[in-house]
Amino acid sequence: MAVTTSPEIVEKVRATPEERRATAIGIVLVAIAAFVLWVFALGVDSSFVSTFNLSLPGDPDLTWVVSSQVLSFVVAATIAFIGGWVLRRTHVKWTNLGLAIALSLFALAFLTWAAADKSFSLVGMLRSTVILSVPVTLGALSGLMCERVAIINIAIEGQLLTAAFVGTVAGSAWGIWAGLIGAMLTGAILGFVLAVLSIRYRIDQIIAGVVINIFALGLTSFLARRILSVTPELNSPGRFSTHKVPLLGDIPVLGSMFFNHNMFVYGTYILVIVLHFGLFYTRWGLRSRAVGEHPKAADTVGIDVYRTRYRNVMYGGLIAGFGGAFLTLAQVSRFEENLTAGVGYIGLAAMIFGRWMPFGALGAGLVFGFALTLQQKLGILGTPIPSEFLSMTPYLVTIIVVAGVVGRSRPPAADGQPYIKD
Amino acid sequence: MSDDESAQTEPLSTEDPPTDSRSSMDRIAGVGSSVRQALLVPALAVLTALIVGAIIIAVTDLDTLPLWGTDPGAAFSQTMSGIGKAYKALFVGSLGSSRAISETLFAATPLILAGLAVAVGFQAGLFNIGVNGQMHIGGMVALWVGFSFTLPAIIHIPLAIAAAIMGGAIWGGISGLLKARTGAHEVITTIMLNFVALFMVDYLLKTSVFQATGRNDPISEKVNATAQFPTLVGDYRLHIGFFFSLAAVAFVWWLMYRSTIGFEFRAVGYNPHGGRYAGMSVAWIYLGVMAVSGGLAGIAGTNQILGLEPYRGISNFAGTVGFDAIALALLGRSHPVGVLFAGILFGALRAGGREMQGAAGVPIDLVLVLQALIIVMIAAPRLVRAIYRIKTPDQDMSTTVSTGWGG
Repeated sequence: MAVTTSPEIVEKVRATPEERRATAIGIVLVAIAAFVLWVFALGVDSSFVSTFNLSLPGDPDLTWVVSSQVLSFVVAATIAFIGGWVLRRTHVKWTNLGLAIALSLFALAFLTWAAADKSFSLVGMLRSTVILSVPVTLGALSGLMCERVAIINIAIEGQLLTAAFVGTVAGSAWGIWAGLIGAMLTGAILGFVLAVLSIRYRIDQIIAGVVINIFALGLTSFLARRILSVTPELNSPGRFSTHKVPLLGDIPVLGSMFFNHNMFVYGTYILVIVLHFGLFYTRWGLRSRAVGEHPKAADTVGIDVYRTRYRNVMYGGLIAGFGGAFLTLAQVSRFEENLTAGVGYIGLAAMIFGRWMPFGALGAGLVFGFALTLQQKLGILGTPIPSEFLSMTPYLVTIIVVAGVVGRSRPPAADGQPYIKD
Repeated sequence: MSDDESAQTEPLSTEDPPTDSRSSMDRIAGVGSSVRQALLVPALAVLTALIVGAIIIAVTDLDTLPLWGTDPGAAFSQTMSGIGKAYKALFVGSLGSSRAISETLFAATPLILAGLAVAVGFQAGLFNIGVNGQMHIGGMVALWVGFSFTLPAIIHIPLAIAAAIMGGAIWGGISGLLKARTGAHEVITTIMLNFVALFMVDYLLKTSVFQATGRNDPISEKVNATAQFPTLVGDYRLHIGFFFSLAAVAFVWWLMYRSTIGFEFRAVGYNPHGGRYAGMSVAWIYLGVMAVSGGLAGIAGTNQILGLEPYRGISNFAGTVGFDAIALALLGRSHPVGVLFAGILFGALRAGGREMQGAAGVPIDLVLVLQALIIVMIAAPRLVRAIYRIKTPDQDMSTTVSTGWGG
């Protein structure tokens, strides 16, 4: 190498993986912009308007009427601009932000196209997104609590299902608060089982999780058929009521979207904040993460690896139990066989998509909640897109994420490995 | 059979304790353990599961529960007769008559194939949770071949199966390819592909290609008679698919223990770094394993379409077979012959479970609970030893397949 070649010049010549990724994403964004222009903007009659209702029934009327074509033109231009900006690679760090904004705009253009010449309750949709994101986010938080201490929790589905069952029965027998407590304890007990199997008996953690899921499905279906079918009074627990937050609840759109819910929704927000603070700014969090990244080093400095793992996995169980209670004490107020139908696995996906971070879990939960809502609402609008493809979205997104296409998401270093104390 | 196995596998299993955590996979496969050892734990596991199942039946017996306070003697005898009735039905429904045996083997057929799919993955260090999705894709391809052509059965059935193998192999191969190219963990990708396949089936069943004419619900055309698996005895449901599953057992045994490819599969499963050092292409092997596994799952999928009434595609036609298969592969210690017997046992639980639900009013979901308990005790032999206080030289029988999601 010539003496005159400075390191900066070498760096300029060779693109880093992030830069190459930025180029790829930039090209994709330009393609999306072209798609929006072609399908959403030029594909609708220029006289069509999309009418979005921004208020819920009963609130003061608020609607947003917009020319379907004009909005799509604006969105296409903005996405193209973001794509060009990403392609310049001046701020590679912010690529993902650009991608997120562009995809949100794409969703808006899509809705405008779907609602062209029709009226559509945007607030109802966003509100439903928030509600459907709750079990997904809680499942992701539960998984995150376990994986931060290197225990893979694939049993989220089983924890949600069993907690939902116990919540129903205890809630019907002794009231909804008893149901909530019963559900959370159930989650914690299954967390304890997972911890014992994977820490004490060192069963492969994925097998342990699969077992808990099969057990949970079998037991709850068995009990539902054998007991709930003959004692329907044990299957009507009632629901937690909705409480509007003063002041914040009166904000148009955002108020209905975020601040007019039952306590599970608020609990989820609080939990996300508490977990973020706890994991990254407290002694407990530092120790937990140490156990997940390098248990041997943590052990050397005197952290009890096993106890930390047991404790966090049970906390994760409490969170999953809270999510299970939401399903039968807030969303619907009765238990049915296999009521969760894969929500726990979407939670697992959200944990990965959210990169093992609490706010990431919330964001991923909202994205997946939006996909789930869209799949319900598109039928009403009568778009030609089959709802099955929207149902696939969370799972496809997760595959794309784990394959590293949208940036690498890195699990805790010791994830899934049993720790054997010398 | 087991002599062959140990002769083949001893060079692998008597080496120094492996340093790579993945290599303990072969302990799941039970490689190297003696026959008595290999049978004792599963037998005790099944026994323990049945005892726990009896307790569950007893404590959920709503008619008898109030009696315990007033007349414990009568309550006890009623409970025991309830359990007796349930387990008698379980036995009668699975082995009690020639029809029951036919039902057991009928239920075992897809289970054996799906169990082989998981077992091949286990032996190569891969955890294929995606059998369910691979069955769906394979089954859909076989379905299309089944109703689109009319050919002599001797050509039609093999063609449908070959198509299903292709479909399942491609679907499984996606996960293998992703793992080889990007390091994406196969557990995550197979779980996600299960759901994708599930929705794909729902979508396809409503397209004009598949949907039965004059129907609005997701149900397909009926498979032509030439592609339906012929039944073997009278009006019993047992069909030639059972022989296909036996052939698959023989094939997998040959593949894993007699062929070079199988040796490479197992070597990579034992220690991927060692395999790479010995000049094997680990990436290609991951792809190959997942394709073989998916292909077997595809054949299992054909059973759900070509092998049972109404010979049509319906939503979620694979049911829980893909998940039962995980339990089965563990119970059979990932050996093809072990999977065969485990499959017949699970088939018996299925067939008997239906009788139990019908005759004794105990929901068939109890079978899932029994299966879960069996897997726990197979995967944690220390648990069984602790329950029955069996003293054995303390081998570390821990099972570790996974090393985190990122790969």
